[in-house]
Amino acid sequence: MSETPHSDPARFDPEQVGKLFLGRAHPGWLGLKYSDHGDNWVELELPWSEKLLGEPDRPVLASGPIVSLMDMASGMSIWQTHGTFLPVATLDLRVDYQRPAKERSAVWSRVECYRITRSAAFVRGIAHDGDPDDTVATMAGVFMTLSADPRQISRTVADQAAAASAASEAGTGDA
Amino acid sequence: MHEIDLPAYARALGISIHDLEDSVPVLTVDFGPNVEGRPQHYHGGATAGLLENAGYAALRVKLTEEGREARLKPVNITVQYLSAGKSQASFAKGRVTRLGRRNANVTVEAWQADRRKPIASAVMNILIA
Repeated sequence: MSETPHSDPARFDPEQVGKLFLGRAHPGWLGLKYSDHGDNWVELELPWSEKLLGEPDRPVLASGPIVSLMDMASGMSIWQTHGTFLPVATLDLRVDYQRPAKERSAVWSRVECYRITRSAAFVRGIAHDGDPDDTVATMAGVFMTLSADPRQISRTVADQAAAASAASEAGTGDA
Repeated sequence: MHEIDLPAYARALGISIHDLEDSVPVLTVDFGPNVEGRPQHYHGGATAGLLENAGYAALRVKLTEEGREARLKPVNITVQYLSAGKSQASFAKGRVTRLGRRNANVTVEAWQADRRKPIASAVMNILIA
């Protein structure tokens, strides 16, 4: 297979992978969308939705969807930092809520992966509703990196999307 | 009829009250696309949503018992994922470990078929406004 220097098909591409696998299952139900990325971070958007309200008398987003948003952005930031898809399981995720999100506003989460070791990946991030300096929530998480079989390292974006939805998030893989 | 009103988010996700144990609600959610992460497994965010709602429900019951009307503000939640959530119903129940005047500490566990093997646990700190 030929590779151009500008587009390595083996490299994890959060925008392309996001298009393919954010549309299904729980992330699809929430309506999560790719927003932006850098070398070691990924930002996703949680659009405003009436069904995600957390209180009966105020149009304020529940906190649960923010955990889902940050969990997804965490996984994608690990793959972005690692460069290829890597099977991971969430071990521990802590979210601190600074304030409710603005009424009828989308929420964005930007998560960076600041360290990957042989057995773990460490992430931290923020959630905001338009101004990253005025956070809605901050989070820290640790993911276990599951033993990667080199034969399973995916070679194309489509393979990555399939692999990502097949082995992302939620719980240890050894149960 | 149960006195606990679940928020729109909980109802939309498919969470309902399974049972009351000493007046503390046990919440449940059936497996389906709404809560799915990798195929046939729960998404960590959906599990966190179940835990969080069970924590709030336990606290609301406690506040009602004490005759207190209050608005709850989340401060933080720390979720430990213990084992993968499989494609079956999940349950969760919270326990108020400490209820103060201005805040409450709540612990929550979620399980599936075998209650002795929790799939996730959480500690929550909630402000009472």
